[in-house]
Amino acid sequence: MNNLIEYRCQTVVAGGGPAGIAAAVTSARAGASVVLVDDNPALGGQVWRASRNSHPYSEAEVWLDQLRNSSVIILLKARAFYAEGQRLFAETDSGVCQIIYDKLIVATGARERFLPFPGWTLPNVIGVGALQAFIKAGMPVAGKKIVVAGTGPLLFAAAAESLKHGAQIVCIAEQSAWSQFYRFVPALLREWTKLKDAARLSWRLRGVRQWKNCWPLAALGQRRLEALRLMRSGRTEEVSCDYLACGFHLVPNIELAALLGCRLENGFVAVDFNQQTSIPSVYCAGEPTGIGGVERALLEGQIAGCAATNQDSLLHTLTREHARRQDFVKALQRATTLRSELQSIATADTLVCRCEDVTLAQLSKYDSGSAAKLLSRCGMGPCQGRVCGPAADFLFGWKLNNLRPPLFPVRCSSLAAICSQSTTST
Amino acid sequence: LSELATVIVRINGKEVRVPRGTTVAAAVFAAGETCRTSVSNHPRAPLCGMGICFECRMIVAGRTHTRTCQILCEPDMEISTDFER
Repeated sequence: MNNLIEYRCQTVVAGGGPAGIAAAVTSARAGASVVLVDDNPALGGQVWRASRNSHPYSEAEVWLDQLRNSSVIILLKARAFYAEGQRLFAETDSGVCQIIYDKLIVATGARERFLPFPGWTLPNVIGVGALQAFIKAGMPVAGKKIVVAGTGPLLFAAAAESLKHGAQIVCIAEQSAWSQFYRFVPALLREWTKLKDAARLSWRLRGVRQWKNCWPLAALGQRRLEALRLMRSGRTEEVSCDYLACGFHLVPNIELAALLGCRLENGFVAVDFNQQTSIPSVYCAGEPTGIGGVERALLEGQIAGCAATNQDSLLHTLTREHARRQDFVKALQRATTLRSELQSIATADTLVCRCEDVTLAQLSKYDSGSAAKLLSRCGMGPCQGRVCGPAADFLFGWKLNNLRPPLFPVRCSSLAAICSQSTTST
Repeated sequence: LSELATVIVRINGKEVRVPRGTTVAAAVFAAGETCRTSVSNHPRAPLCGMGICFECRMIVAGRTHTRTCQILCEPDMEISTDFER
């Protein structure tokens, strides 16, 4: 008994963040039949994640309204786990959806880069974006002492969100140097909305200790986090805290595009000026093509939506506007370049792979990612290398992801459903 | 908080009242509980908050390996620690 629901559409969009929403709305406007799938229980992706009570982003509301008033079929809590021959398969709580499409727009967003250090597996050590997400999802932080560490603009956003909910920010520890930050300023000055955001954040964070050249050395505690040891301008320092939010900027979710065989370039999905990948029926928009934030993602989503539905007149203006944004992507990349000292914060018994509990010492025995994977099981757990992969790349220069379906762990019944589908269609 | 605006769930036997719309992972933080037990027998709690790290897996309403960050609390939901193997 396999519950398989079939959809046929001209455009399927994988991902319900800004890029995916823009792509779906734009495609539907041309009269195309559109299905949008997303793993989350609500639309908005990470950047437009709604809090329990309200949606604070007016631009998000505008786009979400357009989406709700369109003919787009929205499938939430649907995890895309397999794609083959113009068919996308997604697992839901009750079964599997098979979506037969002409065009696929991959808008799978980005995730945080985590780096291993002693104690990072302790409960209450979480990601930076995760802190923001959990607060919006109802995690109480009032009166809690929180350290926000790592690198990237997310640090400030997460700290501000925590303050708003009554937390005490012990410090913001940014690994990059002031010089790196100053070089980022010109790019920021050219992006009006981002500049506004930055100004608003620094006002809200006035009085909060913000340390540059500062990074975590060890999370300390017995059953859960109690304190953090930091390196700060050449000296170690210990601070007590209830939560550590630590993340080192973002890495793109390229798994679906890679499974389909789309060409990658420096770890991102390669696209042309129409957001078309090396596979003609597949387009890609937003963070998987370069980490550039919400405005760029919206543009790329619209471009992909136009290109997939042949709305050539609109395309020209959009692509010109988009070209301007590419400088910001490069500037952001430079500003968040990781310092080499971070390669030596993990000690021999630090776990690198959290799913399979593989230590740095175990990994050091191997001379390639594939050997490490085969013999230590690093990257073979349920996250399928999404957490340890970028870490192993940073520490050893290994590429762990050797993608094969399913893209996510799924129920046996879901695998059975797609098997029965392949046999009936051949 | 009014009765209507909240739900009660049980996490490892502990009753927790949370606002409606709270994810199970957020409720786990509120309860001070942890999620799964790792391969080498250590307690783990949520990490990524966006459904990719699988550290927040628990048994939710009888279903094992459920990512608690991707699911909302429902009245009388029974939630317990997942033991890997």
